[in-house]
Amino acid sequence: MTELRKRGGGEPASAEKEADGEERLALGLGLAGEPDGEAEGDSKADTPEAPPSVDNTPQCLSKALEGLSSRWRNWWIRGILSLTMICLFFLIIYLGPIMLIIGVMVVQIKCFQEIITIGYRVYHSYELPWFRTLSWFFLICANYFFYGETVADYFGVLVQKEEPLQFLVRYHRFISFTLYLTGFCMFVLSLVKKHYRLQFYMFAWTHVTLLIVVTQSHLVIQNLFEGMIWFIVPISIVICNDITAYLFGFFFGRTPLIKLSPKKTWEGFIGGFVSTVIFGFILAYPLAHYQYFVCPVEYDSETNRFAVACQPSELFLLHEYRPPKLLQQFLRQETVTLFPFQIHSVALSTFASLIGPFGGFFASGFKRAFKIKDFADTIPGHGGIMDRFDCQYLMATFVHVYIASFIRGPNPSKVLQQLLLLQPEQQRSIFNLLRSHLREKGMLPPTGSQAQ
Amino acid sequence: MTELRHRGPAETDLQAADDFRGLDKDGAPDGDAHSDSEAKGDTGLPDVPVPPDDTPQVLNKALSGLSSRWKNWWVRGILTLAMISFFFFIIYLGPMVLMMIVLCVQIKCFQEIITIGYSVYHSYHLPWFRTLSWYFLLCVNYFFYGETVTDYFFTLVQREEPLRILSKYHRFISFALYLTGFCMFVLSLVKKHYRLQFYMFGWTHVTLLIVVTQSHLIIHNLFEGMIWFIVPISCVICNDIMAYMFGFFFGRTPLIKLSPKKTWEGFVGGFFSTVVFGILLSYVMAGYRYFVCPVEFNSDSNSFTVDCQPSELFQLQEYPLPAVLQSLTGWATVHMYPFQIHSIALSAFASIVGPFGGFFASGFKRAFKIKDFANTIPGHGGIMDRFDCQYLMATFVNVYIASFIRGPNPSKVIQQLLALRLDQQLQIFNSLKAHLTERGLLPANEVAA
Repeated sequence: MTELRKRGGGEPASAEKEADGEERLALGLGLAGEPDGEAEGDSKADTPEAPPSVDNTPQCLSKALEGLSSRWRNWWIRGILSLTMICLFFLIIYLGPIMLIIGVMVVQIKCFQEIITIGYRVYHSYELPWFRTLSWFFLICANYFFYGETVADYFGVLVQKEEPLQFLVRYHRFISFTLYLTGFCMFVLSLVKKHYRLQFYMFAWTHVTLLIVVTQSHLVIQNLFEGMIWFIVPISIVICNDITAYLFGFFFGRTPLIKLSPKKTWEGFIGGFVSTVIFGFILAYPLAHYQYFVCPVEYDSETNRFAVACQPSELFLLHEYRPPKLLQQFLRQETVTLFPFQIHSVALSTFASLIGPFGGFFASGFKRAFKIKDFADTIPGHGGIMDRFDCQYLMATFVHVYIASFIRGPNPSKVLQQLLLLQPEQQRSIFNLLRSHLREKGMLPPTGSQAQ
Repeated sequence: MTELRHRGPAETDLQAADDFRGLDKDGAPDGDAHSDSEAKGDTGLPDVPVPPDDTPQVLNKALSGLSSRWKNWWVRGILTLAMISFFFFIIYLGPMVLMMIVLCVQIKCFQEIITIGYSVYHSYHLPWFRTLSWYFLLCVNYFFYGETVTDYFFTLVQREEPLRILSKYHRFISFALYLTGFCMFVLSLVKKHYRLQFYMFGWTHVTLLIVVTQSHLIIHNLFEGMIWFIVPISCVICNDIMAYMFGFFFGRTPLIKLSPKKTWEGFVGGFFSTVVFGILLSYVMAGYRYFVCPVEFNSDSNSFTVDCQPSELFQLQEYPLPAVLQSLTGWATVHMYPFQIHSIALSAFASIVGPFGGFFASGFKRAFKIKDFANTIPGHGGIMDRFDCQYLMATFVNVYIASFIRGPNPSKVIQQLLALRLDQQLQIFNSLKAHLTERGLLPANEVAA
């Protein structure tokens, strides 16, 4: 996503040493010599030359745009692809939760593959025995573990019905651990005399990638189950921040923001922040009306489908608020009717604009460290899937932590499930505790019958 | 722990220069150290300085008469006994001291691995990096200890107002702390050192994953009952010692190319003796409440108590012997604790899969051309050398307990219950009531709402 914030319309100068005069002017920061090959200090001799980017642009686009100059051509390709991706996003939302989960899974696999491929190239480890198999095996293990936990939590009723599923759920951790251990032992047995260090590097590379990519994609899915609005609004906010920061940078950018990404500017940063907050606030309003977005996704065991229907929680019911005096005069109204969720969306937007970019800087630093221009070449004009999703990862974790801390409590069906696993005396004592608690709160009528 | 399994006496100690290659059979050319660097052009590996001899003076004097081979044997033997005695001593001191020791071991292991990373990558002069590594260690420990404290010290936490707030927003606070570290890392990226910094970032995170999560699993096991802490650790130690002994006396067939001094005889002998040892040790320990009861925090006396009605696992039961054993021993039935059967599973894991942790550490040391992780313990190497097999064991015991032994922790369930909305609580209350009535645990005349 770093490319979206260019002050000018050109690509970063790494792959094309013969820069356009126009692009150099547009860059204008006087950093024309900004060397992407500043690896002299990183004296590891084995960094490969990244193969030149393959131009993936479809033929039809190429033809349509061949008249324009290189700078505008690039702008158009990027713009068209952005619109295409946004439309795809809307389409998947329309298709429903199951498609979203599949979409998340596909993105996750592609990101994993991109990062692992970079590792291969960096370490020339194509010929390592077993290594590809092991990386994918670990990916499957991690996914099995996480999806199993999700299924057990959210599909409790379905699981109770089917006997083999019950067995798998009850011993889920043990089975996952056994699978992982198998992979671990295979790794140890595959250590080859000449390649120890390489193999350890790839092992660590795989694990860090799993940590980043897989855990966060599962947090995204958990957010989704809270309600599709917790999936749509954060992603849209990050996209909006990227686009508006780019536009503000393009038109008004002057002061560089950080050495790591010289094309980012303070004007873009601040402009992006303000517009993202407004955008988030406005986007939350229409979405919060629809049950389809607002209700937790539940699995209906009778129809065997996902159902999103519920009584919207207070967060999604209109409330009247008294704005501070200043705003009252500005709006010429005493009160405003808002969804409480819109206030939360301000928090989400703030995070997306202020901290989200650090995810982008991290990815930039990573690309510079390993001297690659893009993670891959999947999307013409934009790079790989990872390039598009680098800012999303921190956001997904933040939204998950935010929900867990401020919005909801634990999942009631999960609590019930745990309750049923306890020893009977423990269940009884909890029952008594709960009963006195509910009586205290007035949820249960006090009765004359004695507690045991 | 690899040194314990020498096939033959450790002649290699005679020459300091051979220390690096001392892991190979005597006389065999040490192919891998050179070819590793030639083949891949790993020009960045430093010569790790020869570790200074840390043996205390008193030991040196006492053993000055013996030849170098026996000297090494004695030093190692004495230190082993010293460590085992120390282990017993801490158990005697109780759960609180055990937790602190686990924390100390964790910090030392982390420091050893990070130091290796520094020497491999010459990254001493990297700005901020030491600070950041320790900061991440603090964050992760804060997160895990917070979760543990919230789970097990629930009543204490509810009492104190600041603790309650910290506990309610615990995840958010931990995440904010981690993010601060992450942003500091990004801001500290220096033009010439990007790759190094990313390597160290990755190195730190993998080390945290291995060292910190597993030390917290050990503490969870400890809270289940000290026996779940003592028996696994003892099984791993026993396996090491027994496999060494069997290898020393009977070793002939090499086990794995990675550690040429390990032998099949040692492996199989160690397996059987560990299983037997585990059964005997469990028998002795399962009789005492001190070991068997879950550790609980008594909020009135503000100390740990271990007192309870032992669960069925720790009550003697009669088992009929299979016919073969009946004819051998002349007994029809045998009195055993069910826990002893579980201990067989634990011993089997410690003997069969535990060594893979040791092979992993061996491979790691060969990969980075170091003899030991550090020099903390004379004759044995660093703390990490002693604990490399324990890590897999700790995770296994935790998963084993969660899958086969206990259900969820009741105080945690209560805590989650009280955090729900009132209508959800009512719903659960009704489900629970129906469940208990069905089971006959509630008298039918119990009327509530």
